Amino acid sequence: MSLNELKSNEKGVVQKINGGTSLINRLNALGIRPGKEIAKISSTFMRGPVTIQIDRSQVAIGFGMAKKIFISTDRKEE
Amino acid sequence: MKLLLMGNPNVGKSVIFSRLTGIRVISSNYPGTTVNYTSGFMKTGDREAEIIDVPGTYTLEPTSEAEEIASKMMKTGDIVINVVSAINLERNLYLTLQLLEQNIPVVVACNMWDDTVHCGINIDLNKLRDLLGVPVVATSGLTGQGIKELVENISQAVSPSRPQLSRDERWSLVGKIIDQVQRIEHKHHRWFERLEDASVKPIKGSIIAVMVLVLSFIVIRFIGENLISRVFDPLFDNLWLPILHKVSTAMGGGGFLHDIFIGKLIAGEIHFVESFGLLSSGFYIPFAMVLPYIISFYLVLSILEDTGYLPRLAVLLDTTLHHLGMHGFAIIPTMLGFGCNVPAIMATRVLESKRERFIAATLVSIAIPCASAQAMIFGLVGKEGGQYVAIVYGTLFIVWIALGLILNRIMKGRSPELLMEIPPYRLPALKIVVHKLWQRSQGFLKEALPVILSAVLVINILFVLGVFDHIARFTAPVVTGVLGLPEESVTAIVVGFLRKDAALGMLALLPLTAKQLVVGSVVLTMFFPCIAAFIVLYRELGLADLCKSMLIMVIAALTVGGILNIVL
Repeated sequence: MSLNELKSNEKGVVQKINGGTSLINRLNALGIRPGKEIAKISSTFMRGPVTIQIDRSQVAIGFGMAKKIFISTDRKEE
Repeated sequence: MKLLLMGNPNVGKSVIFSRLTGIRVISSNYPGTTVNYTSGFMKTGDREAEIIDVPGTYTLEPTSEAEEIASKMMKTGDIVINVVSAINLERNLYLTLQLLEQNIPVVVACNMWDDTVHCGINIDLNKLRDLLGVPVVATSGLTGQGIKELVENISQAVSPSRPQLSRDERWSLVGKIIDQVQRIEHKHHRWFERLEDASVKPIKGSIIAVMVLVLSFIVIRFIGENLISRVFDPLFDNLWLPILHKVSTAMGGGGFLHDIFIGKLIAGEIHFVESFGLLSSGFYIPFAMVLPYIISFYLVLSILEDTGYLPRLAVLLDTTLHHLGMHGFAIIPTMLGFGCNVPAIMATRVLESKRERFIAATLVSIAIPCASAQAMIFGLVGKEGGQYVAIVYGTLFIVWIALGLILNRIMKGRSPELLMEIPPYRLPALKIVVHKLWQRSQGFLKEALPVILSAVLVINILFVLGVFDHIARFTAPVVTGVLGLPEESVTAIVVGFLRKDAALGMLALLPLTAKQLVVGSVVLTMFFPCIAAFIVLYRELGLADLCKSMLIMVIAALTVGGILNIVL
C-alpha cells in the first residue's frame, strides 16, 4: 500500500519508492529508503502533506510524493 | 587557509561558526536559516584561517539552490569541518561518506552531543573515528562543549580519499557503520514529543496554530505598547523635549534652519510626529514609534523560530498555500516579512522553483506590512479606533489571498510539493534569543536611522523649494481622483520609497479623515517597497521579474486603494 493509505500512528516498512532518480535522491537524503521502519504521525485535510517519524526525525511529505512511497505492514488487508 | 563548515540543514553549523569566530550569526530551529554563506576568521595556532558557514546540504548531488551553492563552495576550500547531528547520525553520515570520497581533508564534529543522553542514544566515537579514518569530536554548539578540542583537531584533518561508491552502496555502508557504533535505548514519549505530534494533526494542530498566532499578536502588542508608554515616551517628553525647547528658542522659533531641525511648531508647541524636523520627528519616529515594535516583534519571532514551531505551521498551511502558488514552507518568509521585508525576500531562496520564489517575494513585498509600517499603522490609524486598524489588516490579508490565487492561475507551472524535515521542539536558549534580538534591533537602527534622517532633511529642503507642489499637481488626477486623498499626500508616497515609517509619519501632517488614513496606509504599504527591500528584490528576481513584480504592485495598489475609496 502507499504511504497515504497507512493510518495515523501505524508503523510500516518502506518497500520501494516508485519515482525518478531525483525523487529517490531527495527522499534518501532524508533517510527514507527501502528497509527503513517508519511511523505515520498525521495526514492533513484535502490531500495535504503526510508527516512521518523516521528514526529520530520527522519529515513532512507532499501527498503526491507520499503516493509513490510503498509501505508494508503486518496489518491484514481487508 | 580556508575552512568550510558543512553538514545537513539544521544541525547547528551556524552556532558552531559563532563559537569559532566570535561572529554572531542568526541561527534558528528550522532548516535553511543560512541561505547565503557567511565568512569569518579564527586563529589556529598562530595562523589566521578563514571560516565559511556553508548552507546546509543533505548531499553533494545538489537538489536545491542552497545545495548547489554548497557543492560549488566545496571546491574552493582547503579543509572541511563536517558538522553532523548526533541524534540523527545515520542520515548525516551519507554526506560524510560523500565528503570522504572527495580529495579534501575532513574533520567531523558530532554536534548536539548534549541531546544524546535524554534521547537514549549511545555513540562509540572511537570506533566511528576508526571506521571513518578522520578525527571525530563530540561537540555542543549551544554549551560550547568540545569546541576547543575541535580547533585542536583541525590540523589533524586528513583526506582518506575513499573509493567512489554508488548511492546504494553508500547507504549500505552507512547502515554497517551505524550497526557498529550506535546503540539506542527505548525511551518513553516525553510530553514535548506528544505536543510535537499534536501540532501537525489537522484538528488539534489548527487549534494550536490559532492559539499560537493570537497569543503572539497579543504579546507583541502588549510589549510594544508598554515600551512606548512606559519607556520611550517618558524619555522623549522628560529628557529630549526640554533640550529641543531650548534649541527652538535659540533659533528664534521659526525660519529656514528652525524648520529643518526642529520643524514647524504646531499651535506654538513642538510635536514629535507632526513638526517633522530633523531633531524632533527624525529621532522620535525611529526610536519611540518603531523601535519598540521591532523589539517586541523580534522577541516573539525569535521564540517561535527557536522552539521549532514554524515548520509545523508550514505543514498545516501547505494545502492553503498551494492554492496561492507556493508550498507550506513559504509561510516562513511570510512571517519574517512582518518584521522586515529584506530578510523575508532573501529567505524565499529556500523555495525550490523560480515561479514559487517570484510569487512569494511579490506577495511579501506587496501585502505584508513590515514592523516599521505596522508600528505607524498602530500609531496613526489606531488613534481613530481599532476597527480602522482591523480594516487595514483585513484588506491586506484579502490582497495577499486574492493576489496569490490570481498569480497561481496566470503563471505557468505548478508549485512543487512539500518535502522537509521537521525539527524537534526545543526550549529556546535565552542567550541565542537575546543575541538575535540585539542584532536585529541594532541592524534596524543602523539601517533606518541614517535613511530616516536624510529623508526628513531632503523632504524639508524640497518642501521649501516647492518641488513637491509640482509633483502634487502632476499626480493629482490619480491621487485625488482614484484614491480620494488630498494631493499633498503624494509626498508621502514618494517618501515611501525610502522608508515606510517616515512616509506614514508624513500622513500625520495632513488633515486626513479616518477613511483617508485607512486608504493612505493601505496604499503606502502596498506601493513600492522601501529602497532596501527594492534592492534585495532586484538581486533575487533579476531585472525582468522585478519589473513584472512592480507592475503587479502598481496595479494592485491603485485598484485596492480605489476600491477602498469607493466602498468605505
